[in-house]
Amino acid sequence: MPLLTFTSLVFLGSFFAGLLGALTGLGGAVVLIPLLTLGFHVDMRYAIGASLISVIATSSGAAAAYVREGYSNVRIGMFLEVATTVGAVFGAFLATRVPTRALAVIFGVVLLCSAWLSRNQNADGEEVAAENPWSDRLGMSGAYPDGPHGGRSTYKVDRIRAGFALMFGAGTLSGLLGIGSGAVKVLAMDKIMGIPFKVSTTTSNFMIGVTAAASAGIYLSRGYVNPGLAFPVMLGVLAGSLLGAKVLVNIRVSLLRTIFALVLVALGIEMIVNGWLGKV
Amino acid sequence: MAEDKPRVHAEAFDDARMEVIMGRLLQVGVLLAATVVLAGGVMYMIAHAGERSNYRVFTAVPIEVRHPAAMLRGTARGDAGAIVELGILLLVATPICRVMFAVIAFAVERDRLYVAISLAVLAVLLFGMFRAG
Repeated sequence: MPLLTFTSLVFLGSFFAGLLGALTGLGGAVVLIPLLTLGFHVDMRYAIGASLISVIATSSGAAAAYVREGYSNVRIGMFLEVATTVGAVFGAFLATRVPTRALAVIFGVVLLCSAWLSRNQNADGEEVAAENPWSDRLGMSGAYPDGPHGGRSTYKVDRIRAGFALMFGAGTLSGLLGIGSGAVKVLAMDKIMGIPFKVSTTTSNFMIGVTAAASAGIYLSRGYVNPGLAFPVMLGVLAGSLLGAKVLVNIRVSLLRTIFALVLVALGIEMIVNGWLGKV
Repeated sequence: MAEDKPRVHAEAFDDARMEVIMGRLLQVGVLLAATVVLAGGVMYMIAHAGERSNYRVFTAVPIEVRHPAAMLRGTARGDAGAIVELGILLLVATPICRVMFAVIAFAVERDRLYVAISLAVLAVLLFGMFRAG
């Protein structure tokens, strides 16, 4: 394919990946990597490198908007980033030792899991009134805006050790596959540690960028980040996700999310099959 | 008036204010990085016009676009690939700056525990950045 055509198509594809990722809250990388490897026949390693860069761009680009809402908790984020960054460095080292076929299969499995997780995403409600003394000792208890009159609801954090361990896993997946693994991060905070959903998603966004930055240096120095591929991917995903965040309020997300979950299942199966047959 | 300002800021400094500054920091960083990447990308398209895309086979990118010092040398030469990579490096540096800022901010809040936690995160990030290989 001529370079100009290729670059334009990759930009467009990345744009839609970023847009969908922002609208569904699952991030662009989960569709981006299948698009690059299955659609454009890009080597898995280049795809992972470019995707990881786009993850940092998306997370940082959305940060200011998230901060304004006043939900994110900088202490919870920083504490758990210890686990995610160590995991990310571990994942990036692992990535150079695992054959790309196996990476494709693992990626497919992760896609199927994220599709499954996205079904019950905005289920909040059952907030556990946790009484974990470490929540206050680690300064992680907080409050978030709730209700129309500027009222604030307080919350505490529970099962910190389990959440921390799962965050290490989320970091490893991020470093291994070049994704943000936001779904796993939200799972750890919302479902395990009992942190309110809105606080979990916004805090997760901050963590994604820091986590990806931990493995990006390793990818850069290993030569996985190809400038010709990374530039349309990064700019496309960034533009798409910024637009997605803008139109998010005016769109019915539930139907979109169902369609997106089905797409993830299809892509997941295709990645597993292609990885198994050694075509990736 | 002017010398009053920093003191007032220090008094009003809390987690919420820290996060607002962090958000702005990330936004500026990503915009700066995107601008450099865009400029490098356009130059890359001009320099490689008429070539065919081939990312099917992995051949690690040339060494001059893999390390910060080499990227700067490449940028000075006007090498488009090096400029793109420099923009990407700026992007990677953005969340790292955020953690550096957190170290300072928690120090201002006199929160020793979180200064230590932020320093630990920073150490891992710097390890990934420089000791990687």
